[in-house]
Amino acid sequence: MCLAIPGKIVEIDAHNAQLAVVDVVGVRRKVDLGLLQEESVHPGDWVLIHVGFAMSKISETDAADQMRTLMILGESEAAMQEVQGYGLENENDDSLGRGPVS
Amino acid sequence: MKYVDEFRAPELIGRAGEEIRKLADPRRHYRIMEVCGGHTHAIYRFGLKDLLPENVELIHGPGCPVCVLPMGRIDDGLSLTAKPEFIFAAFGDMMRVPGTHGSPLEYKARGMDVRIVYSPADALKLARMNPDKHVVFFAIGFETTAPSTALTIIRAKSEGLPNFSIFCNHVTIIPAIRAILDSPDMRLDGFVGPGHVSTVIGCRPYEWIAQDAGKPVVVSGFEPLDILQSIVMLLRQLRNGEAKVENQYKRVVPWEGNRAALRAMAEVFELRPYFEWRGLGFISQSALKIRSVYGEWDSEQRFTVPGVRVTDPKAAQCGEVLKGVLKPSQCKLFGRECTPEQPIGALMVSSEGSCAAHYNYSQHRPITIASAAAV
Repeated sequence: MCLAIPGKIVEIDAHNAQLAVVDVVGVRRKVDLGLLQEESVHPGDWVLIHVGFAMSKISETDAADQMRTLMILGESEAAMQEVQGYGLENENDDSLGRGPVS
Repeated sequence: MKYVDEFRAPELIGRAGEEIRKLADPRRHYRIMEVCGGHTHAIYRFGLKDLLPENVELIHGPGCPVCVLPMGRIDDGLSLTAKPEFIFAAFGDMMRVPGTHGSPLEYKARGMDVRIVYSPADALKLARMNPDKHVVFFAIGFETTAPSTALTIIRAKSEGLPNFSIFCNHVTIIPAIRAILDSPDMRLDGFVGPGHVSTVIGCRPYEWIAQDAGKPVVVSGFEPLDILQSIVMLLRQLRNGEAKVENQYKRVVPWEGNRAALRAMAEVFELRPYFEWRGLGFISQSALKIRSVYGEWDSEQRFTVPGVRVTDPKAAQCGEVLKGVLKPSQCKLFGRECTPEQPIGALMVSSEGSCAAHYNYSQHRPITIASAAAV
């Protein structure tokens, strides 16, 4: 829950500018951009994600640093599990919330 | 030794350790509190204690949201699952936390509809997908997660979604620090300030700690070098007789915080007059409740919640450990009745809890940099 996960903005949702697809080490999920309204966010930017919401814009170097921090803290698996668990796409995905407990 | 290259600037880690030895006055004993549970986890994982001289002691603070939540709140939240039309959604961290009649996971095993979500936005989606059910999201966390809950409530209101509400347990870090400073059995010299909470609130809210309480605060990152550098910065201030707020984690934490996040919180939340913290008791204005304009999305305003109060098991000394008065291993239950597999106190449940960290890393240490840095 307290993991700060670095991701790269791949595209802003065409219908909802507060949603974006991010890439976290190859896994792509939708995250909410609503808490970054004070900043301009574009594809290619790096952000830190908390519980499905982009919380701050960071540099690419800091994103790499943060990924390594998660790794050495032994939290990278939990972080990937969290990202994979984000369910904003697949509108009719019935498995939401039924996954295994870590 | 084989892990040392993975750290940021490994050559600087040993140097920071030397600097700490130089700065620490051998006639003094320093007690420094790391407020955040993430820091506690990192300190144990990297064996940082071994890099510090004996007279620089790290005290583990209250910044683990799962740990400070009283059992009564879990019982209150779970009481809503008694109705078959309810779905109880929570983060995975909450699933094993014991309530009086079991954890959310045990409720699930008994057939209640309990779901794990990774984002409050997904709880909202569950409500959209299940119009004939009511989804309660059990919200927990400090200022790191509170803005996301706030924005989710704003979204629920703008959609007019009727079958969704939040059982709000969000707490704020500053009043907890104040309670610790006011505690008569506590003597601290300075604080390693939380990293991710500060991305939201910035550094200004800590200024009173420096100005009024006269204690230095250094907001810190989570790598070994970050934490050691923060201790260097604290000791330097203490040597110079200074007390100010410094930001070691500038690469992520802006001094002013995240204004959009603070605005969302101010729009949705107001302060509760008081809230009970496990181990610290009732602390005034230390938690967030949902404003009445958003009352329709507040489980507590919308439904009857029993308001359970549960005293912790007498033998467990979670409170003393939370305040840093006792070390985890000094609790009578530690490692015997209370283990991460069978937790009695909440400090054993979360990996950020000081008891779980102490238990996991005092037995087998996957990473230690103490020996590597000494080479």
